[in-house]
Amino acid sequence: MVTVTLAGNLRRFTGGEDEFAVEATTIGQVLRTLGERFPVLKPHLEGGVAVAVDGTIYQDAWFEPLEPGSEVCLLPKIAGG
Amino acid sequence: MSQLKWVGTRPIRPDGVDKVTGRARFGADFSMPGMLVGRVLRSPHAHARIRAIDVSKAAVLPGVKAIVTRDDFADQESVFEPAGEVTVNFRDMTRNIMAREKVLYEGHAVAAVAATSVAVAKQALKLIAVDYDVLPHVIDVVAAMAPDAPLLHEEMITRGVDPAPKTPSNVSKRSEFGFGDLDAGFAAGDVIVEREFTTKPVHQGYIEPHACVASVSADGQAELWCTTQGHFVVRAYCARLLGMEQADLRVTPSEIGGGFGGKTVVYLEPLALALSRKACLPVKMVMSRDEVMRASGPTSGANVWVRMAATKDGRITAADAVLKYQAGAFQGSPVEPGAMCAFAPYDLENVRAVGYDVVVNRPKVAAYRAPGAPIAEYAVESVVDELAKILAIDPIEFRLMNAAKEGTRAAYGAKFGSIGLIDTLEAARDHDHYKAPLGPHQGRGMASGFWFNIGGETCVSLALNEDGSASLTLGTPDIGGSRASLAMMAAEELGIDYDKVRPSIGDTAALGYNFLTGGSRVTFAAGMATVEAAREIVTEARARAAKLWEIPEDAVTWEDGLVKPAGDNAGKFDPLSLADIAEIAAKTGGPIAGYARINAQGAAPGFGTHIVDVEVDPETGRVTILRYTAIQDAGKAIHPSYVEGQLQGGAVQGIGWALNEEYIYDADGRMENPGFLDYRMPVASDVPMIDTVIVEVPNPRHPYGVRGVGETPIIPPMAAIANAVENATGIRFTELPMSPPKVLKAIDDAAAAAGGA
Amino acid sequence: MAKLHVSCTVNGDEVEFLCAPEETLLDVLRDGLDLTGSKEGCSSGDCGACSVLLDGRLVCACLVLGAEAEGHAIETIEGMADGDALHPLQRKFLEHAAIQCGICTPGFLVAAKALLDTNPDPSEVETRYWLAGNLCRCTGYDKIVRAVLDAAAEMRGTDHVAT
Repeated sequence: MVTVTLAGNLRRFTGGEDEFAVEATTIGQVLRTLGERFPVLKPHLEGGVAVAVDGTIYQDAWFEPLEPGSEVCLLPKIAGG
Repeated sequence: MSQLKWVGTRPIRPDGVDKVTGRARFGADFSMPGMLVGRVLRSPHAHARIRAIDVSKAAVLPGVKAIVTRDDFADQESVFEPAGEVTVNFRDMTRNIMAREKVLYEGHAVAAVAATSVAVAKQALKLIAVDYDVLPHVIDVVAAMAPDAPLLHEEMITRGVDPAPKTPSNVSKRSEFGFGDLDAGFAAGDVIVEREFTTKPVHQGYIEPHACVASVSADGQAELWCTTQGHFVVRAYCARLLGMEQADLRVTPSEIGGGFGGKTVVYLEPLALALSRKACLPVKMVMSRDEVMRASGPTSGANVWVRMAATKDGRITAADAVLKYQAGAFQGSPVEPGAMCAFAPYDLENVRAVGYDVVVNRPKVAAYRAPGAPIAEYAVESVVDELAKILAIDPIEFRLMNAAKEGTRAAYGAKFGSIGLIDTLEAARDHDHYKAPLGPHQGRGMASGFWFNIGGETCVSLALNEDGSASLTLGTPDIGGSRASLAMMAAEELGIDYDKVRPSIGDTAALGYNFLTGGSRVTFAAGMATVEAAREIVTEARARAAKLWEIPEDAVTWEDGLVKPAGDNAGKFDPLSLADIAEIAAKTGGPIAGYARINAQGAAPGFGTHIVDVEVDPETGRVTILRYTAIQDAGKAIHPSYVEGQLQGGAVQGIGWALNEEYIYDADGRMENPGFLDYRMPVASDVPMIDTVIVEVPNPRHPYGVRGVGETPIIPPMAAIANAVENATGIRFTELPMSPPKVLKAIDDAAAAAGGA
Repeated sequence: MAKLHVSCTVNGDEVEFLCAPEETLLDVLRDGLDLTGSKEGCSSGDCGACSVLLDGRLVCACLVLGAEAEGHAIETIEGMADGDALHPLQRKFLEHAAIQCGICTPGFLVAAKALLDTNPDPSEVETRYWLAGNLCRCTGYDKIVRAVLDAAAEMRGTDHVAT
């Protein structure tokens, strides 16, 4: 069980809810579970989100494992110049 | 970690001699036999509908071998697609490289020709007739948001707003970040500062113009030589735009003469490929400086409003910002990362940042070193400085009281891991510079900045050659000396001399996908991959020794570059170096090489703090930079000279952005200063030595503790300089650049007001 | 119009070439003679990336016509080293890491050589103003200036005292 928060515009697609308890052991499972719970959110998760887990930011890391009790935050993708 | 032999030292970079002898080949230095010259016809109008394009006269000019227009590029769907780590919209991209329905900026490509000489190509362009229906244009971001503003895209409905607007506008998206209770936060403050800031668009300013040579053969296979930050990204974009298989397009990156984010997209490359495909001959295309300024992607000009509150004893209680950034002709400014970074250095309970992405009639913006963040932090760090002054608290102390640290929830939502902001602030506070005396008309300012840094997809191949030297093949172009750092990490891992490791950048056929060089990722991600590949070689060396000695693998150790039996029980065998193992590789199983293919995760952010002293001449308004110190957390500086170089270069770009650089437009939306004389970047006589301090708070996710360093240094300078100018003159500049005419006027106005009071 | 025939020396070698009247010396060097070490950054004499010496005088090759080279001695970056012996400026640029992307490096080296040929003991300020015609976007000039001062000291036979 991990706690998931949404940053930025993603909150609009969950009716304003921005904190969830999700049963998941990988980042990919978090994205899939939330996508199933909120179908309007799904294309945005697939399109690209960065995922911060306990202070480290992951991008495109579906199989990254999660410890129980981790704090997970979904952010817009980050690139650079 | 045991004593390092190479990491942390300052050897000569492996590509250095080529660079100082003129032997290194950049984008325009390559030629192929039978090559044609390609040139682009560009729109003279900032906004116009294209009624018709007539190339008939140009097509029959002797020496013209191919012409392309919008008809030669298939339309693309408007879908946001992940392309590596960015999302791109190919419908926008195909329109940017070659206009379709409309031209949306002066300089927008309308047609391209390939001819046997420059003279013929130029004449051919003159013979192409384009029938334009000129439309009103808009460039200023606030003006573009007004309800009666000329509309660039008739179908643009602002995303991120509920309910969605019924009428189209130039606002492509609204984004919001933050948490807490702003009203309560502002109510709890004893002082509130509210300011509105304006910044002008600036260009990355790379000295090398875009250049490429494309050669498409009759069966559709193609070679492309180009100057780029990411040849795999070029391959992906061009293959898509031209309807090619990626494997049919082999892209070789030249040495790159500066990018800073501006060479992460394509302009000439798809045109050169399309022309070559038609002409069945190689085509070379090089932008002039004029074209670079008018037609490649600079960064946004912006309008930023910031409001912050703090208690008497120095605790920030609320922070609010609205950021409006120019996206250029198509959606996609860096307003989101700007909004995410704006308040990142602070530990806040009540914070909000709202960003608007606004299309305007100028080139589509491209990334520029920490995209979005310099503008946002200029505004925020100026307000923070004002708050500190009102509260009579030293600006560094004020920041220390409110600094983000490990466990702080960042304004963009996620918690920080271990970070070095406080270390850089303390280093600034304790530095000689901060105590040095100041004279008349002089002022000191400081500011901090933050960038996320990224990891990303990376493949490297490391081969142990038969003589024990090593060949490292990388897929990330070297824009600042990364080949040195990567060779150092390889040498450290393999226990061989640095000069025995030779790195090179392979083409797209040599390796699996590599995301581009950018996001401050190469020393981190390619370093991680290089270390992994080197450790594969070491593991294989141990396995070969184990077989040779007929002992189990776990009885073989690796120490100081040698494989050895683990102890006397394992057997008495002489240690073997990698050169020894390489000599017998063929007979013991074959060639020995490591190949790493990763999506590097765990990139850690970099914080920087800068101190600057300025002198403002009250008679000319000229701001002189007297002294500059850049302090940054690098995690671990693999090659300290090149880390220092990033700090110095970013600081000077920031100085230019603060004091002189801006795009100047005439009433028709045409750029008036598309050259280096009037687009005024800092020269050697404009700046002093840039002192640097490298702080090291290691990143636990990297084998050597590396944090990316390239982007953070451009973030603090504008605010630091604005703060210094305020201390020197008493005038708070909320508009950039603080060029002499503007400074002089403000000084004169202030004197007049004081005189008249 | 027909091409013009030009004879001159480049890096000490006698050279003949044909060029169009409007071609610059930079075009001739890069496209005609395959000497791509001099770079084109702006074509208007503002960036110094095309710096060469014309009879020992520092010029932007983009501001000199190819035809104007007739009878003169041109020196480019390719002629700076003596075989495999690098010029002290070249060595110091490497030691001081005064290079990041390297596009401005040939221009700076030629300009710095012209400086030290004229003034073997320049101050930091003199060095910065002499080099103000060469743009660098990567380094912020710090290590470039240090490299030039250090090379000057070596060439004078003294140890450089850091300013």
